[in-house]
Amino acid sequence: MSEQSPLTKEEVIHVAGLARLELTDDEVTTFTAQLGSILNHAADISSLDLEGLVPMAHPFDLENILRPDVPTASLDREELLAGAPSVESGRFKVGRILGEAP
Amino acid sequence: MSMAGYETIIGLEVHCELKTETKLFCGCRNAFGDEPNTNVCPVCVGLPGSLPVLNQKAVEFAIRIGLALNCEVKWSNFHRKNYFYPDMPKDFQISQYDLPLNEHGTIELPDGTVVGITRAHMEEDTGKSTHLGGSGRIHGADASLIDYNRSGVPLVEIVSEPDMRSGVQARAYVAELRAILVAVGATDGRMEEGSMRVDANVSVRKPGDPFGTRCEIKNLNSLRSLQRAIEYEALRQVDCIEAGERIVQETRHWDEAAGRTGSMRSKEEANDYRYFPEPDLVPLAPSAAWIEEIRSALPALPKARRQVLVGLIGNDDQATLDLIATVVDRDLDALVVEAASAGAPAQLAVTRAANELNAEGVLPSAKSFATTCQMEASGALSATQAKAVLAALSETPDADPKAIAASLGFEQLSEDTLSTTVDEVISANGDEWARFAGGDDKLAQFFIGKVMAATKGKANGKAVISLLNERRSG
Amino acid sequence: MTTAHDVAAQVRSGHTTAREVLEQSFAAIAERNQELNAFLYLDHDGARAAATAVDDVVAAGQDPGPLAGVPIGIKDNLAMRGIPTTCGSKILDGWKPPYTATVVERLLAAGAVPVGKTNLDEFAMGSSTENSAFGPSRNPHDVTKVPGGSSGGSAVAVAAGFVPVSLGSDTGGSIRQPAAFCGLVGYKPSYGHVSRYGLVAFSSSLDQVGPFTTTVADAALVTQVIGGHDPADSTSMPDGYDDLLAACGRGVAGLKVGLCRDLLDGADAEIIERVRQAAAVLEAAGAEIVDLSIPELRLGLSAYYLIAPAEASSNLARYDGVRFGLRVEREDVAAMNVATRTAGFGAEVKRRIMLGTYALSAGYYDAYYGQAQKTRRLITNALDAAYEKVDVLLGATTPTTAFGFGDKVADPMSMYLSDLFTIPTNLAGHGAMSVPFGNSASGMPIGVQILSPGRRDDRLFQVGAVLEAGVAK
Repeated sequence: MSEQSPLTKEEVIHVAGLARLELTDDEVTTFTAQLGSILNHAADISSLDLEGLVPMAHPFDLENILRPDVPTASLDREELLAGAPSVESGRFKVGRILGEAP
Repeated sequence: MSMAGYETIIGLEVHCELKTETKLFCGCRNAFGDEPNTNVCPVCVGLPGSLPVLNQKAVEFAIRIGLALNCEVKWSNFHRKNYFYPDMPKDFQISQYDLPLNEHGTIELPDGTVVGITRAHMEEDTGKSTHLGGSGRIHGADASLIDYNRSGVPLVEIVSEPDMRSGVQARAYVAELRAILVAVGATDGRMEEGSMRVDANVSVRKPGDPFGTRCEIKNLNSLRSLQRAIEYEALRQVDCIEAGERIVQETRHWDEAAGRTGSMRSKEEANDYRYFPEPDLVPLAPSAAWIEEIRSALPALPKARRQVLVGLIGNDDQATLDLIATVVDRDLDALVVEAASAGAPAQLAVTRAANELNAEGVLPSAKSFATTCQMEASGALSATQAKAVLAALSETPDADPKAIAASLGFEQLSEDTLSTTVDEVISANGDEWARFAGGDDKLAQFFIGKVMAATKGKANGKAVISLLNERRSG
Repeated sequence: MTTAHDVAAQVRSGHTTAREVLEQSFAAIAERNQELNAFLYLDHDGARAAATAVDDVVAAGQDPGPLAGVPIGIKDNLAMRGIPTTCGSKILDGWKPPYTATVVERLLAAGAVPVGKTNLDEFAMGSSTENSAFGPSRNPHDVTKVPGGSSGGSAVAVAAGFVPVSLGSDTGGSIRQPAAFCGLVGYKPSYGHVSRYGLVAFSSSLDQVGPFTTTVADAALVTQVIGGHDPADSTSMPDGYDDLLAACGRGVAGLKVGLCRDLLDGADAEIIERVRQAAAVLEAAGAEIVDLSIPELRLGLSAYYLIAPAEASSNLARYDGVRFGLRVEREDVAAMNVATRTAGFGAEVKRRIMLGTYALSAGYYDAYYGQAQKTRRLITNALDAAYEKVDVLLGATTPTTAFGFGDKVADPMSMYLSDLFTIPTNLAGHGAMSVPFGNSASGMPIGVQILSPGRRDDRLFQVGAVLEAGVAK
């Protein structure tokens, strides 16, 4: 892979943090090269002049899909909590939370 | 600490829970106080494979809010706001970003100030964490327990322009906003239950300067906290500046007990929410017909309702305005208007409604309320007796106030009986009478009290005073 | 094993029972699943209960439904209540959903018998099943070759004769490519045709559930059961549904078929030859063949490998160790999230989460995600323009036949290139079908691909049925 990678190792580490992943040094190196190769391939579209085209988020132009405000059955709590890694007093248990929600 | 030479710039973000039957994107009940994790389903716990479907009623409430705040209601869509937090089950929040439902509104405060509304957009609420160990707060806790009953409850976030200049004004804004949201039926407005939550953006500057660096204050769960926190924060910032320090843009936490704001110092990781259009939902494009249908069904808003009462009373001194605000806030204005049209004096009806009626409980019928006010105004009932009759009406709202007054033994004293009683009291208290007759007006209360005691509270205070004055001048 | 049509007919008429059919299916699985690794989990009890229920309905003289007694394999990214749903990932190992996907509910209501969960590339990310945390599946035509992916297990389950039908999901070719590699009919419906409720999301705006079958008519039969509006999926099309079974018998006389150069260039010569033979079969049946080029299709790969990872990076955030699945305990929650995700996800999933997170992150959104979405529009517009001239497009499903294990693992880009011909359909949200059309010289199956305009999937069945009848055996 002789091409210049469009992203740096530091960016790879930063992105891993955003995604809550931890990478070994080897993985950082591999991912930097592999992601770089994919992004280099994407150069074929980044160089296009697409001015005026509406970004396409959905295949079809549906709008206003709404449901009536009518209650439906909730889950059985025991069945739901049975799948949880840790539970206490009918709630999902986690360790210490550092920092308030943003 | 002093604000001399500085002004405070305040913008508010108010999160308001909508009063729907079900959550924003699923059919689970939107209810406060149920057993943990009983109002949950794959959608609001974020189980793999689940998909959101938008609640029509929540949209209607959001549009009502937008219209009541004079916003443009627009073509909009939903975005994902990505961040990890354990009370947020999908680790993204479905919110609105650059295309919110409502934009560019205004709200007029009772003092006439107009505050701009930047936007009022829809989003989902998070679950709730309970912290174990430590002080029950997040800091120092060993573990947390999460209940997702609140997860997915519909919210409208109302973002104001930085148009407020004092804590008092910010408080008035939230009070007025709350009154509007309650009036349109979109929320119950209970700040103490968290159904309205306020974040304040505060900065200070010397008048004419550009805006200063702002701090966002969280955890403001009462009007009182809001005002105190803003006033504290403004002073803190001025002190910083005067000490030659720079204000750091940050999120601060209001500590109600300590009466101060503190830095939340969240981790260094800068927020990068990676907003992108929510692919599981389609755009929300309310038709002009639907918007008009909602607009035409909007109830009268608090400002208009207050004006009706001002018109009825013909008096807008501050004390009256405060009573009127209370009456409207408690939804008692319709009763007052009806009682007034049935003959009750409006000023008295407003006063008694504001102070004596329990808006949460059973209210008297308009006819009974009007009759009671009329009896008090004519002197047939003393103020004390009128209040007792109103209290009795909360048990039997349609009862005849005259019958209640009779059953309570509130027959009006004949003028002769009252006159005789006054004379008896005067002769039994010769020293005091001499001083009253000599001009010591403070003793009027003494004689009224004696007459009231002798008549078991049946006497009309005004009538007693006029008799005393007759005797003194005669 | 015979077709779904035949099984249902025999069960409905009482010539056989659903239980007998099921036990034959279990016997075939017992014989070869260890070698082929098509099924990750078999729901013996549930399947037997479902089959017995069908037999009871038949015995009572009532209608057991159009798929009466048909054993079906379910890709393991579709939720079934109380049944392990792993998505081929360690991070979901042991999780049993408390609810069932709409498509599975509909299969059950139609009398079908889901027998178990089939193998896949982790979270449907891959083209070979080599990314499954539970080992790859093997191609029954040559066990040294991959079956394709990501729905490889579903393809193998049908190709090996374990079941007549299975469900897969197709985000960039994950049904059509393994169908081509395994000699099956593989159909990706138009986006919104089939409910996604209960399909564990990879890329929400591209994912679609569809069937693997041995005949085109079976694909129609199954799709008519699982398709149609679902109020639980906001992207499900609210309007009605074409009669696909009727379309199978309609022929292609007068139909204009675009032989698309951009769905051929770069493919193996013998695959190109097969597609030309397929065009000749259609022409002989009365279709008009038009040579054309849609160069924009070439841009699909780049758009896809930005859009799909971006959506995936967000869809896969919820695997955080809090509510379900794996947790690697740490003292604080953020550290637990990191440890869980780092241990639970495989390399390809991490790669795509990283790529997608980067493409959405501050400063890069416009250059990557925004540009990719505009390219998506460009490609869709180009397809729409082509469909003003022709009724369907014809091309190859894959550039090669099934490749060997390990051939493309080291270089992700080479693996991604195997999706080149299937991706444009997903970007546009259109329907497409791979139909088996002979074998390579080495005996590996070759698939030809039919593409139709959005919501005109009936044309796929018209063309597919003619190709199926005309293939040189």
